[in-house]
Amino acid sequence: MQEAMINKAKQLLADGTVDRVIGWKRGEFAYDITPAVFETAEELEKEFVFDDFTAANVSKYLVKESKKEGKILAFLKPCDTYSFNQLTKEHRVVRENVYIVGIPGGPKLDAEKIKAKGITGILGVKNENYTLKIDTVYGEETMPFYEAILDKCATCKSKKHVVYDELIGDEGEVLDSNRFDMVEKLENMTAQERYDFWRGELSKCIRCNACRNVCPACTCEKCVFDNPNSGVENKAPADSFEENMFHIIRAFHVAGRCTDCGECSRVCPQHIPLHLLNRKFIKDINSLYGEYQAGEDTTSRAPLNDYKQDDCETTVVHERGVE
Amino acid sequence: MKRIGVFVCHCGTNIAATVDVKAVAEALGHEPGVVISQDYQYMCSESGQNLVKNAIKEHNLTGVVVCSCSPRMHENTFRKAAASAGLNPYLVEIANIREQCSWIHKDIASATEKAIILGKAAVAKVHLNSPLTAGESPVVKRALVIGGGIAGIQTALDIAEAGFDVDIVEKNPTIGGKMAQIDKTFPTLDCAACILTPKMVEASQNEHITIHSFSEVADVKGFVGNFTVKIKKKARFVDETKCTGCGLCTEKCPMKKVPNEFNMGLDNRTAIYIPFAQAVPKVATIDPNYCMMLQKGKCGICSSVCSVGAIDYKQEDKIIEQQYGAIIVATGFNPIKLDKYDEFAYNQCPDVVTSLELERLMNAAGPNGGTLLRPSDKTHPHKIVFVQCVGSRCDDSKGKPYCSKICCMYTAKHAMLIREKYPDTDVYVFYIDVRTPGKNFDEFYRRAVEQYNVHYIKGMVGKVTPRSDGKIDVQASDLLANEQLHIDADMVVLAAAIEPDKTARPLATMLTTQMDTNDFFTEAHPKLRPVESATAGIFLSGACQGPKDIPETVAQASAAAAKAIGLLVKNSITCNPCVAHSDELMCNGCSSCEKVCPYGAITYIDKEFRMPDRTTAIRRVASVNPAVCQGCGACTVACPSGAMDLNGFSNSQIMSEVDAICK
Amino acid sequence: MQVNDNKDFQPLIVAFCCNWCSYAGADLSGTNRLNYPTNVKIIRVPCSCRVNPMFILRAFQRGADGVILCGCHPGDCHYTSGNYFTRRRMTLLFSMLDFLGIERDRTRVEWVSAAEGAKFAATMNEFTEAVRKLGPNRRLEDLRCRKQ
Repeated sequence: MQEAMINKAKQLLADGTVDRVIGWKRGEFAYDITPAVFETAEELEKEFVFDDFTAANVSKYLVKESKKEGKILAFLKPCDTYSFNQLTKEHRVVRENVYIVGIPGGPKLDAEKIKAKGITGILGVKNENYTLKIDTVYGEETMPFYEAILDKCATCKSKKHVVYDELIGDEGEVLDSNRFDMVEKLENMTAQERYDFWRGELSKCIRCNACRNVCPACTCEKCVFDNPNSGVENKAPADSFEENMFHIIRAFHVAGRCTDCGECSRVCPQHIPLHLLNRKFIKDINSLYGEYQAGEDTTSRAPLNDYKQDDCETTVVHERGVE
Repeated sequence: MKRIGVFVCHCGTNIAATVDVKAVAEALGHEPGVVISQDYQYMCSESGQNLVKNAIKEHNLTGVVVCSCSPRMHENTFRKAAASAGLNPYLVEIANIREQCSWIHKDIASATEKAIILGKAAVAKVHLNSPLTAGESPVVKRALVIGGGIAGIQTALDIAEAGFDVDIVEKNPTIGGKMAQIDKTFPTLDCAACILTPKMVEASQNEHITIHSFSEVADVKGFVGNFTVKIKKKARFVDETKCTGCGLCTEKCPMKKVPNEFNMGLDNRTAIYIPFAQAVPKVATIDPNYCMMLQKGKCGICSSVCSVGAIDYKQEDKIIEQQYGAIIVATGFNPIKLDKYDEFAYNQCPDVVTSLELERLMNAAGPNGGTLLRPSDKTHPHKIVFVQCVGSRCDDSKGKPYCSKICCMYTAKHAMLIREKYPDTDVYVFYIDVRTPGKNFDEFYRRAVEQYNVHYIKGMVGKVTPRSDGKIDVQASDLLANEQLHIDADMVVLAAAIEPDKTARPLATMLTTQMDTNDFFTEAHPKLRPVESATAGIFLSGACQGPKDIPETVAQASAAAAKAIGLLVKNSITCNPCVAHSDELMCNGCSSCEKVCPYGAITYIDKEFRMPDRTTAIRRVASVNPAVCQGCGACTVACPSGAMDLNGFSNSQIMSEVDAICK
Repeated sequence: MQVNDNKDFQPLIVAFCCNWCSYAGADLSGTNRLNYPTNVKIIRVPCSCRVNPMFILRAFQRGADGVILCGCHPGDCHYTSGNYFTRRRMTLLFSMLDFLGIERDRTRVEWVSAAEGAKFAATMNEFTEAVRKLGPNRRLEDLRCRKQ
């Protein structure tokens, strides 16, 4: 796949279709693959990476990149295309300046899950018939492939690209992934249990802002948390409230716009399941206002910018059984 | 440094009896920025206001807090007082310590404590108030009336009478609307055409009125005083400026089998036609669906007989654009379709007709020249059954939940006219109840019953079955006598519910006006502003706002005209300064705000920005038109970055109030 | 849920009222001398749709024990559609607070028209009582803001 992508990129650069390419290159370790912009065939040959650790969603980078001179080639996985569409809808990216090549999605690997097995010094991985062969500085280790995949891939919502100019590989389908199971499980707890669960999770927050910075829905010119006049500007997490406030507001700000790409939880250094907050909103929106998938198209009205005269009342929250 | 004055009102004993006003003044005097804190018996009185004015001058105040009655009561009083003392009126805040404190609490200690907190919140807010200036926006002195029925005609005539130019847009080839189809009017029984057609002529001859017939509103942009409207003039294939309305073409047209919509399809017209003799404008129109020239390219007779060369087979739809200061909606109503009412056999039997069809059957210009004949065999009906509330006051999805209001009266009229003209005809009326509120209405109904012996039967018609002998079996129940009835009628007349015209819904979207669940336009206030829509500059005339009879329609049409004239006489309008504004540096251009704005006040512009790295970038940013924005604040919450804020109720002002209350 | 009734607890209630209906309804309950507790402090907003979830969280942060939002009845909004947006926003916000284990009865939306002075007073009485039973807001407060 990596070879095919490099060749495609080189071809599109050579024939002048695009001026730049956004893809990924290796970071310090084999498993920290980060988005990168390439301008020449040589750079691509040397550094372009696409492997089982390549999970990062590059669509957010296109907010800036698509406004630059010339056209850019973006390789987008199915989940990334939803983010891209959503950004197009919000006029955050310039669609005409991006040439999208749809590439197959994951499942991608979670290095943390490999490390959790006591496997360190990872040099590379190979998926052999769903057994993961891990090349480490200490020799080869193995583990079942599916035990190492990212949570966000385990609950993948779609293998279908919702926007592209051309595809490499076959087109997939929208999946029924039971992605709301965990939300439902929490909903079925008592209020005290839910409070304890979230207190436990959110108190781990170190306010590093990684979730916000990676989120393709968080592209504000100036984030409210960075704005001293907003009344909610960044504060150190000296108090439990601070994390609550931050995460509720963040989730609310992306409600109806979050495509459920799962990047927030993927990048959280404290492994807080932040995507569950967003998924809770998605689940509520689906059940209360009709199925809505942000990023599925570029024209539909976002549920929070819309209404029906016979929408349910807020008391629907109270009607959901006992607390 | 802020210099705030606090003024605590006793309101006689209204406040002072439950709130220790001196303690409130004392406590608020210690709030940051407060330089003077006073109490007075009646702050709204002349001398109370002077107290405020003098303090503003003497202490050079930058903000005023009045602890008194509700701001809905005297906010304006104190704003004016401040303005007369040279302080921007929007630097005044009211703490409501009467309606929301002294009047509802009994314990002096806790009421005083609450009054202090409310005062603190107002002080905290006024710290962040900024001077606001109400902007002005010019008014285009021209009105648009959408719909050329009696409502639209009356509105246009009244506006023209006041000396303003007014355009009527009518979707049909002629103005006149439903009233032109009506035979006689209740309760006076005068001929509808006799009173309507002079008005139509007057409208066509008035130098201030332009009639765009066979036209539709295609697009509306802008705001009160300054709407830009695109009007689509549909191709009628006849040059309006040349056609004299001689009618020769309609006589010679070989395609004579086109259902005549003016006569409710009860007879036929030609493919080129003038809807009726008194049509305005009296200009022929070619129906492209039936014209052989337009369909097959063969014929051309109308063109050859037209002495002025008005026929133009190549004519195309044309869009014209015009500026207006006010728009009046007069889109009227239609009877509902009765397809779903199989029990009344409307689709099976030609002698089951709607009331509007009956109007045409009885009209001198109708299919039978005014003689009431059964559509099926052209014989005189001797027994006629009227069914009331067909689709009105309905709780199922077939009909409408509301009362159509006019049916009781027009049915009484029909019954009376039939009994008058054909005394040998028996007339039965089945009703749920007879509703006759209106001047001379009940008297009229009683005449039908008492003088004309119309059989009014309280009860429902269950089934209408056409029989092979030409009679119609009407099965009904008489609720008062508690018995089942079978009537072998010659004709059945259904009082079909009326509903807003189908063009109203898309129009409401264009105009950003509100409609109710039945697609009637919603007035700004059901009692106090019945002819205005909630959108400034858009007025409602006639049945588009709800079922109405002719006198009510005309009254509302004139009222809407008066409101529109009230707007048009102004050279400019003062805008509410408490409007939204967008911080361009923070705006993402994401369109969220535009989506929730009920007034279409937000547009986007591509603007060049100097970036921190000294490059320039073009960004899409929101721009609020202060003349259109009404200051609801929906956009401020939809905005993810907080770029959108509201003057007078800013994020920081509201949060400072929250903080003061929760301190 | 607390077992005792917190009889002596004086909750702090912040009520956001839209200018056209609910604030007028509150005024009417004053004009009619209909009692409700001093615990309720009203903040006037032009429309319920002006209320940002941040304001509600801010109130809780600063020590409010309950927050109620009042607006025109659906369909009667002075700005035609504001309260419809409010309804969606608040439904989702309240659902999220519930999801985080915050007591449901601390937040409420009520539609009160300018004519419903009695409803306003009754609502405030009821809501204050419900919050009183819950006791002080501990799950959403910011300890730094607690009164010394």
